Amino acid sequence: MSDLMIRVENLTKDYGPFRAVDKVTFNVRKGEVLGFLGPNGAGKSTTMKMLTCYLAPTAGTATVAGHDVYADSLEVRRRLGYLPEDTPLYRDMTVLEYLEFAAEMRQMDPAKSPGRIKEVGGRCGLSDVAGKLVGELSKGFRQRLGLAQAILHDPDILILDEPTSGLDPNQIVEIRRLIKELGQEKTVILSTHILPEVQATCTRILIISGGKLVADDTPEALRAREKGSRYRVMVESNGVAQEAIRDKLASLVGVSRCEKIATEAGAHAFALDAGGSSDLRREIFRAAVDNRWPLLELVRESVSLEEVFRNLTTRDDARPEEARS
Amino acid sequence: MNPALVISKREIRTYFNSPVAYIVVTVFTIVFGFFFFNNLFVEKQADMRSFFSLAPLMFCFFAPAVTMRLLAEEKGSGTIELLITMPVRDWEVVVGKWLAAMALLCTTLGLTMVFAITVSRLGPLDKGPAVAGYVGLLLMGGSYIAIGVMASSFTRNQVVSLIIAFGICFALFLFGKVLPFVPDALKPIVSFLSTDTHFENVSRGVLDSRDVIYYLSVVVVTLLIATTSLESRKWK
Repeated sequence: MSDLMIRVENLTKDYGPFRAVDKVTFNVRKGEVLGFLGPNGAGKSTTMKMLTCYLAPTAGTATVAGHDVYADSLEVRRRLGYLPEDTPLYRDMTVLEYLEFAAEMRQMDPAKSPGRIKEVGGRCGLSDVAGKLVGELSKGFRQRLGLAQAILHDPDILILDEPTSGLDPNQIVEIRRLIKELGQEKTVILSTHILPEVQATCTRILIISGGKLVADDTPEALRAREKGSRYRVMVESNGVAQEAIRDKLASLVGVSRCEKIATEAGAHAFALDAGGSSDLRREIFRAAVDNRWPLLELVRESVSLEEVFRNLTTRDDARPEEARS
Repeated sequence: MNPALVISKREIRTYFNSPVAYIVVTVFTIVFGFFFFNNLFVEKQADMRSFFSLAPLMFCFFAPAVTMRLLAEEKGSGTIELLITMPVRDWEVVVGKWLAAMALLCTTLGLTMVFAITVSRLGPLDKGPAVAGYVGLLLMGGSYIAIGVMASSFTRNQVVSLIIAFGICFALFLFGKVLPFVPDALKPIVSFLSTDTHFENVSRGVLDSRDVIYYLSVVVVTLLIATTSLESRKWK
């Protein structure tokens, strides 16, 4: 068997006249942690629902571990762990009962499942709440239980729909660590619209917008794709007019935008955007020396994934639903 | 264990972990008992006839009440997505739910055995018709519950599910009552569809294969429709 775990070809899903997912094609290899990125309503969840056999594709095919999601859905579902969006769990069961139920549904060996439940519960930090009702759990614990039931049967492939939504920063860090850990032995697809998350956990990023795949690359490659950089300049303000500095900075070669940003008292600060790949720090420093501005700060920031994301998902051609109306 | 049984086990636990089961079973037994003993002392006959003749109407209320949440709640809260992405066939989900409601029905019918015991202390109870009657009750209850499961699969709103199920059950019950006013040409059809006609034989102590087949086919057809309705999410 090859190490190709998920193969998606021209996957399309229509909800009536609305095309939620439009000819999406990608592959996921074993051991990859794939970040599925996109604005709300871009088709992330719909794609995941098709991969987990909850919805059937209108056109195109998807195979998971060599099995077609439509024709061979039971086999696919045996090999998958799935955490749906908003973690819908039965509220009237205790954590332990829920995991026992999941183990039985997964046809796990009754002799081994109590041990496995204990192990997974411990790994997901659920040991202290085992006897609590799911309905009484905080969002963070519910999310962990959702994750626990997804990995309970030790599936090769994990599909997690917004695993960190609604969690506090500590919980987010914890869940991310868990996902990273899982990613070493399993194939993981996770969806999110939080960018630092993919940077922190994923080895590859898919960006989807308006149902279309607009990028498929590693985080580094995606960042490198966007040319240009941003500079932050802070100058002591004694006697120097703010406008004069701004005009001078804006006139530097390559600067496309220069604007004032808030800063501490007694100083002026500006943010500069520059195209091209050349470094402007030298020119900015020269300008400061020539004009006798006391330069307090000069920082060059590389373009963040956020900007790549914004550029990719706000392009006109990536928004068919708006083009239509 | 088959996933259908796992699901029904979970549902049964849900029934008995919440007040729903206790309230429905108690109210049903009390109301049933009230009407039954009202008649019993008027007729002064130690048999279960009037108990059985009440059943078709009583089940019109009972079945929708215990089945309304089975699938509608899962659809409403989204838990259906987790359930159905486990390795389980859609029909196993439907049958599991049906079995759970059947377990509740059996509990209720078990409690009504008190009526039979009471009657047998008052006079000699004819056991044959009583046993046949209970078998008939299970068959009829099973078909009403299947209708309830089907109604629950149509919607994510429990109240809507309740009303649909009640409407269908009550219509099947009414068919028997309006028979004299139906044009002759339609009579065989209406009479065949009516649960009442089929139950009348049973309540007299006659288990006719035609009646058994009628009830079983209602169960099979409605559960098939429920499965199809669950599968409709996969229509392209």
